[in-house]
Amino acid sequence: MTSDVQIPSAMPLYTDDDVVRVRAQVRQFAVEIGLSLVDQTKVVTAASELARNTLRHAGGGEARLQILQRENMRGLHLAFSDRGPGIADIGLAMTDGYTSGGGLGLGLGGAKRLVDEFELTTEVGKGTTVVIIKWKRF
Amino acid sequence: MEKIPILRIGKVLLVTIQVDMHDRLALALQEDLSERIVRDEANGVIIDISALDIVDSFIGRVLSNTAAVARILDAETIVVGMQPAVAITLVELGLNLTGVKTALNVELGMAMLSRRLRS
Ligand SMILES: Nc1ncnc2c1ncn2[C@@H]1O[C@H](COP(=O)(O)OP(=O)(O)OP(=O)(O)O)[C@@H](O)[C@H]1O
Ligand SMILES: [Mg+2]
Repeated sequence: MTSDVQIPSAMPLYTDDDVVRVRAQVRQFAVEIGLSLVDQTKVVTAASELARNTLRHAGGGEARLQILQRENMRGLHLAFSDRGPGIADIGLAMTDGYTSGGGLGLGLGGAKRLVDEFELTTEVGKGTTVVIIKWKRF
Repeated sequence: MEKIPILRIGKVLLVTIQVDMHDRLALALQEDLSERIVRDEANGVIIDISALDIVDSFIGRVLSNTAAVARILDAETIVVGMQPAVAITLVELGLNLTGVKTALNVELGMAMLSRRLRS
């Protein structure tokens, strides 16, 4: 049985300040579902990486934040999507240390390690969506 | 534009980061610090991040770069006050703050700097 408590609210990601706002909102939801301080920190950090990727590599997009409710657990479902250039080689992009310019190349691989579920969908010329979920188990 | 204040204590510059820094602010801090090291002839920099509740790859890179630039300008940088949850997350993220020295708090950071300057 599944019921998702909240309709995801879309938050724009076009400026540095938008990234700060998304981090703050993710933190608030993380506290709300009762994540431990370490798990809060992990999911906010993952969100920060993905939000920045949306901004830097795709010129902007949006974040959708949602609290998931399952029978015995709650989770935070975060989707970052853009209509940017897409990613031609996902394996390469996910590789630690690979950056197409300027970064450390840790964002995607790091974000994946920090959460429970990670899904990247992309199409060259169309855009990219990354969905992550962090669960709070009871 | 807003700025992060830089305090001077003798030959040491102290920066306490109190806000969730957006990227431009972090880059501005890196530049301001480099200028102040030269102007104040500082030989040490302490960056207090105890109020930061995350350090992601971008902030991590700014800290590493700041330390690298400071070193070329003959100043030692010590990052102090990292929260345990932030440290745990950094390791999992895969970020090793290359070239960045750390201490638990400002006092210990100061002690570290003065030891280095004496020897
Ligand atoms: N939303 C996106 N749209 C297009 N390309 C992307 C997107 N997100 C990531 N990429 C590509 O994947 C590469 C790896 O991303 P990752 O976040 O791991 O590293 P980075 O952003 O380059 O550096 P860092 O995150 O460490 O500062 C990027 O350099 C970029 O080429
Ligand atoms: Mg990135």
